[in-house]
Amino acid sequence: MSQQEKQWRPVCNVEDLINDSGVCVLINEDTEDEQQIALFCIGENKLFAVSNYDPFGKANVLYRGIVGSLGGRYVVASPLYKQHFDLESGQCTEDESVSIEAYDVRVNGNSVEMCW
Amino acid sequence: MSISQHIVVVGNGMVGNHFVEEVVKLRESTDTRITVICGEPNLAYDRVHLSEFFGGKTAADLAMITQEQYDEWNVEVLTSTLATNIDTESKTVTTNTDKTISYDHLVMATGSYAFVPPIPGHEQPHCLVYRTLEDLVDIQESASQSKVGVVVGGGLLGLEAANALQNLGLQTHVVEFAPQLMGVQLDEAGGRVLRSKIEELGVQVHTGCATQIIEAGETCRYRMNFADGRYLETDMILFSAGIRPYDQLGRDAEMAVGERGGIAIDASCKTSAPDVYAIGECAALNNFCYGLVAPGYSMAKVAARHILQTDIENAEFAGADMSTKLKLLGVEVGSIGDAHGKTEGALAYIYENQPEGVYKKIVISEDKTTLLGAVLVGDTSEYDTLLQYMLNSIALEDSPEALILPMADNKPGLGADALPETAVICSCHNVTKGDIISSIDEGACSVGDVKTCTKAATGCGGCAALLKSVVDADLEGRGVEVSKDICEHFAYSRQELYDIIKVNEIRTFEGLLESHGKGELGCEICKPAVGSILASVWNDYVLEPVHIPLQDTNDTYLANMQKDGTYSVVPRIPGGEITPEKLIVIGEVAKKYNLYTKITGGQRIDLFGARIDQLPGIWEELIAAGMETGHAYGKSLRTVKSCVGKTWCRYGVQDSVGMAIFLENRYKGLRAPHKIKFAVSGCTRECAEAQSKDIGVIAVDNGWNLYVCGNGGMKPRHGDLFATDLDDETLVKYIDRVLMFYVKTADRLQRTSVWMDNLEGGLDYLKEVVIEDSLGFGETLESQMDNVVETYQCEWKTTIGNPDSMKRFRQFVNSKKTDTNIQFVDERGQIRPATEAEKLSEIDIKEVQ
Ligand SMILES: Cc1cc2nc3c(=O)[nH]c(=O)nc-3n(C[C@H](O)[C@H](O)[C@H](O)COP(=O)(O)OP(=O)(O)OC[C@H]3O[C@@H](n4cnc5c(N)ncnc54)[C@H](O)[C@@H]3O)c2cc1C
Repeated sequence: MSQQEKQWRPVCNVEDLINDSGVCVLINEDTEDEQQIALFCIGENKLFAVSNYDPFGKANVLYRGIVGSLGGRYVVASPLYKQHFDLESGQCTEDESVSIEAYDVRVNGNSVEMCW
Repeated sequence: MSISQHIVVVGNGMVGNHFVEEVVKLRESTDTRITVICGEPNLAYDRVHLSEFFGGKTAADLAMITQEQYDEWNVEVLTSTLATNIDTESKTVTTNTDKTISYDHLVMATGSYAFVPPIPGHEQPHCLVYRTLEDLVDIQESASQSKVGVVVGGGLLGLEAANALQNLGLQTHVVEFAPQLMGVQLDEAGGRVLRSKIEELGVQVHTGCATQIIEAGETCRYRMNFADGRYLETDMILFSAGIRPYDQLGRDAEMAVGERGGIAIDASCKTSAPDVYAIGECAALNNFCYGLVAPGYSMAKVAARHILQTDIENAEFAGADMSTKLKLLGVEVGSIGDAHGKTEGALAYIYENQPEGVYKKIVISEDKTTLLGAVLVGDTSEYDTLLQYMLNSIALEDSPEALILPMADNKPGLGADALPETAVICSCHNVTKGDIISSIDEGACSVGDVKTCTKAATGCGGCAALLKSVVDADLEGRGVEVSKDICEHFAYSRQELYDIIKVNEIRTFEGLLESHGKGELGCEICKPAVGSILASVWNDYVLEPVHIPLQDTNDTYLANMQKDGTYSVVPRIPGGEITPEKLIVIGEVAKKYNLYTKITGGQRIDLFGARIDQLPGIWEELIAAGMETGHAYGKSLRTVKSCVGKTWCRYGVQDSVGMAIFLENRYKGLRAPHKIKFAVSGCTRECAEAQSKDIGVIAVDNGWNLYVCGNGGMKPRHGDLFATDLDDETLVKYIDRVLMFYVKTADRLQRTSVWMDNLEGGLDYLKEVVIEDSLGFGETLESQMDNVVETYQCEWKTTIGNPDSMKRFRQFVNSKKTDTNIQFVDERGQIRPATEAEKLSEIDIKEVQ
């Protein structure tokens, strides 16, 4: 990871989000730290951001998974092999040893911001 | 006990195989080696259901074991090999391939052969028997060149054989030496009722007939001359005059044999020779050979325990009950215990209903306290109850005739609760009510679980209903409600959800979750399931914004995701017919977008390697050339495969391509619990392989034959013949009804084959619903289908026309870049996904332009 200081940075607009579903943004574009992030919007205002890379399928597809709730936790199911990842922590619910990066995310006016 | 030893099994029939399974289950290590000498070319198969071969089952369907399984168990098998000699002193077996194999324990499981009476002329080509798979192949071949067929022998097997001949389209006769049919199981009156029922079905029965010679015929291939001067002309003859144990090997080795043959055994299944056991039909206990599979299985268990010295206290074969219930030529027949009333002082009650051809008799003890036996013809609904009375010596109430009288009030049906724990529920696998209860104690919680744990109802299946009532009663007693919930959010089955959505006119997932579910969001199980129901009930465009979150990625992006996150694209090619112009367009699109192309099994072309952002562009070009989505991504109609049919083919009898295109266009877009495949063949040569499809249509001279509920895939299943000689209109009507009934009632991800197997009443029930309209909603099903057809839209066309939907087809909402992790290498002139190693080495990798 880069040495730059953590701060809130805009990544896209509120209109880009799709309710109860995911979209993908690219951060640190054109740098060595370029990264794909899956953004999910649940209901009107619950936002989540996790890495878009599926460590099982080894492909950038998580934003295309179905979001749901399992026993009170918000999860996304990988569209490839259906493992679930907790949207808050990035933890895989089927395999304790696997988790993906999760980020703080918020809406600021018309802009969606992530903290990294 | 774990002893290093070598067990040799002669014969790999049902019982020999069961023995091997028992040993594998009980042995502690592979130090216990097993060698099987299998006389037939096929490994053990289900002889009990042999006749289903004529109904389309293959050798593979009937197989009870595979070579791979034996390999895994380290069991050596010599197929098409006969044991020819046993030397009990040196403890070796010799085979016809000149192998000599030594054994520590030898198990004879050689079964029986069909007895052919030594009538002069019996050795001619179309004189056959009914015992092995190879026999059935011969019979099929012979029947295809015959018009008339005779079965010699009117016993249980003979009537089964007669049924087969009749189904093969022959004019069928049964010739029986005795004065009645099924003399072993039925009394004279029962035999008479059975005879008249069978004759009603067109099979001619000749009793009291002794065949003296088979000679050349005048109107048919052969003539059979009978002792009383009568004769019968026929093209083929099937001998079913009883079976004889294969005991010659034992006789040659000087083992003791039974009075009427069979290798003599004691209650531990030991023969008179040291370390040699005999089990199954070749064995005789107290001079009696057991011609049913269940006693054979019991013997296999006993022998395995004695040989392995495990659990031998209870390992004893003390004889077996020979009661049987079966359907012969569509007539129900049951025989229990002392059917002939031979027990001293036995008394009988008899009920006969001539108009309906029903005959019932019970035999009870002199003191009227216990049931000794019964005969049932034409209606065996009381069989299970009567059998339990007999087996468990349950005390009879006053007026025991009430057990079989149709109108009797308070008919003493035996509820599952009334049975003692020792009651045998499944006699094929010797499973008692107690065994079933312990499997539930150990965690089984459905009929399916109990079947898996105990094997109950997996033999002849005759006890399935009884098993279900025992399981249900026990679960109910424990206060368990069997869960059919699809997931934690909905306490309903798919079918129930379907009805709820329909009746309450619910149009969104949120609406349904609020009114009938729990939790906030749903999950990847209930969302697509409900999405599919909403699509089939309302036929909304699946990409309506409210439905998007419900769809699997394939449905959302209208393409099939591949392992690297790219998609494949399949345009519809109805019936597999395509113009050169369209072929060229597909080729050009593939070239332009650098896609990997492959012909699919469903007669279309699959284009692989499209990035999400390329999908709209690809489709724009395909649609401009007049193509439509092929729904390869949906749980919906995939393809209607066809052969070229009578338009071109010398053998075709109908226009199969035309019909295939019509059907594909009619049902395209229909959302279902699982994918659906069709095929149409232009003649019975069946080049389109319609019998392996959910809906299979085969052209015949007078129209179409319809097959339903077949599939290929992991567990192939032949479709069942549903109706014959249909005109176009009736064909479409039946398909409408079958499909709509499936869509409405199947479970999530249930293919048609499994759906039908789970319908209570199976194929017959489906026929009633569809053909006879027994539920009275045939027309409703049709109009629902019409509605689906009318509201069809090509999802890609709608998507391309909608800028909002198009926005979804991009990797990033904040950048025009594409996914750099998607990389290809060249293979055989086309792209394929780069492996992780190749990606790291970065050699020769082409990124998509
Ligand atoms: C059409 C039909 C329907 C039936 N229906 C029923 C039913 O509904 N219910 C029921 O309980 N039973 C039924 N049976 C009977 C049941 O199939 C038999 O009881 C059962 O198959 C006996 O099993 P087995 O292993 O003892 O003998 P088999 O299954 O006959 O197996 C013996 C095997 O040993 C082989 N063999 C013989 N000699 C040698 C040798 N020297 N070396 C190597 N191999 C040898 C034979 O080729 C054969 O493959 C039916 C039988 C038939 C034919």
